[in-house]
Amino acid sequence: MNIIVCIKQVPDTTEIRLDPVKGTMIREGVPSIMNPDDKGGLEMALQLKDLYGAHVTVLTMGPHQAEAILREAFAMGADKAILLTDKKFAGADTLATSHTLAGALRSLDYDLIITGRQAIDGDTAQVGPQIAEHLDLPQVTYVENLQYDGDKQITVRKSIEDGYQLLEVEIPCVLTVLSSSNEARYMSVRGIMEAFEKEIEIWNSDRITINADKLGLNGSPTRVAKSFTKGLKPASQLYEVSPAEAVDIIINKLKEKHIVN
Amino acid sequence: MVKSNYKDIYVFVEQRGGIIQNVALELLGKARELADALNEKVCAVLLGHAISNKAQECIYYGADTVFCVDAPELETYLTEPYAQAICRIVNDNCPGILLLGATTIGRDLGPRVSARLETGLTADCTALAISDKGDFLMTRPAFGGNLMATIICKEHRPQMSTVRPGVMQKGLRDTQRKGKIENVSIQFDHSKINKIRIIDTVKQEKTRIDITEARVLVSGGRGVGNEEGFKLLRQLAKTIDAQVSSSRAMVDAGVMPHECQVGQTGKTVRPDIYFALGISGAIQHLAGMEESKYIIAINKDKFAPIFQIADLGIVGDVKQIVPLLTEKLKK
Repeated sequence: MNIIVCIKQVPDTTEIRLDPVKGTMIREGVPSIMNPDDKGGLEMALQLKDLYGAHVTVLTMGPHQAEAILREAFAMGADKAILLTDKKFAGADTLATSHTLAGALRSLDYDLIITGRQAIDGDTAQVGPQIAEHLDLPQVTYVENLQYDGDKQITVRKSIEDGYQLLEVEIPCVLTVLSSSNEARYMSVRGIMEAFEKEIEIWNSDRITINADKLGLNGSPTRVAKSFTKGLKPASQLYEVSPAEAVDIIINKLKEKHIVN
Repeated sequence: MVKSNYKDIYVFVEQRGGIIQNVALELLGKARELADALNEKVCAVLLGHAISNKAQECIYYGADTVFCVDAPELETYLTEPYAQAICRIVNDNCPGILLLGATTIGRDLGPRVSARLETGLTADCTALAISDKGDFLMTRPAFGGNLMATIICKEHRPQMSTVRPGVMQKGLRDTQRKGKIENVSIQFDHSKINKIRIIDTVKQEKTRIDITEARVLVSGGRGVGNEEGFKLLRQLAKTIDAQVSSSRAMVDAGVMPHECQVGQTGKTVRPDIYFALGISGAIQHLAGMEESKYIIAINKDKFAPIFQIADLGIVGDVKQIVPLLTEKLKK
């Protein structure tokens, strides 16, 4: 079984702070990490490797520094890593990104393509389903777990608002996975040693099967017209009082708002 | 593609088990407002099986036309038959704008459809507007809610957007409103549909209540700490007929279930009163609750960012104040 996991390097958005005076985003010093849902997807693939000896390839699009997450994936147990990097890829929205990844996937063998549900920098959850459409494959999003039924079929559990669904899916297919679906393994010591000996394949736009007009900024239907932070509201009434006094202040407010009589 | 051929605002009316979801009514309300600004029509796209009787409802909430596809293939949501139905309606009618709810269904269907139509999609919008020049402006949070971005889709049609539930206001239900219902029949491509089969749909225990519907929310964060701390919050909530919600930290810690999480990766809420108890106010949390009408924050740290958006701030220990408050309210 060949599994390809699409992963992304993202800034750890939980570490981002706003400048308290200017209200602007402070990007400096924010660490870059493997996107959490993608790590959940990689773990799912590695579990299939443990069970059935699947061959796991990780694929990312990004600048050279994104090699860091590919090394991390090697150290967790991935067999092959590909970095898609080219100036022509820059400025891509989700549609252009999905065309780029699909272009690379067309030159690879796969039974399963796994992506994270969404990346924490954009939270769009779009690239996985868009890849599935370009490759004319069935998709299941919000996957919690997976069972290989043998032959050309898997059974997946998909999370929905008020419970879950069990779906039988023909492979090859595209799955988008939740980070909460499993506990991603740590890099092993041997894995870390080997990670730096393994070779990352670097692919540019000549290596993928897609028209150049679908790539990067030119291939992106959407544009950011402007971006802004929400700014700061005037400070609230702040009370540093005893618990009993605090209780009275709150109750008065609740009365004023007709929450209590 | 000739851009001027594309007009009117289409809303995907999400139904589950034949029940129209609130987010669809919210979108019809917003679409009405945008359509009036553009002098265009609002069209509802209603897909399902034995749902024709719901079409009238879409008109009451703002639609001028309802495209209704009633077919057994659409009984329970699956990506492929729904994508085929929507794409057929889009290709036949050329909408300028197509809106979907940012639910698990809308976020599964939206990108699939946008890729099939080769157009842009902006996810999880919190504001939609028409500019003076007539451009469709879609605003959404990015970087975990740290940044807001306004997105445009200039040359591709339809301009697609998913919108978070609870962000837009639904319009008044007006039973006098008149509109047209068009039943559309579709030849499905079953070779594609048959690749996925539903074996079972399991509803999980409804111990929970939808926090987005609550008038008062008692929300706890790291400062509440654990199960014991949340017991205090539940007692308070019970006395004032409120629901309990939480920050991401407490969900990650396994103390609270994900459906009670408020924030960028959780739910957007706008209750009359929001108690932020032991919540420091990380931006991704604020993104989900800042529209609350009145925010009461209690936190030990007087420099906690939550105090910047709270209406009433108390510097103190949640574990001391909350039990006292509950006790006094009971009297």
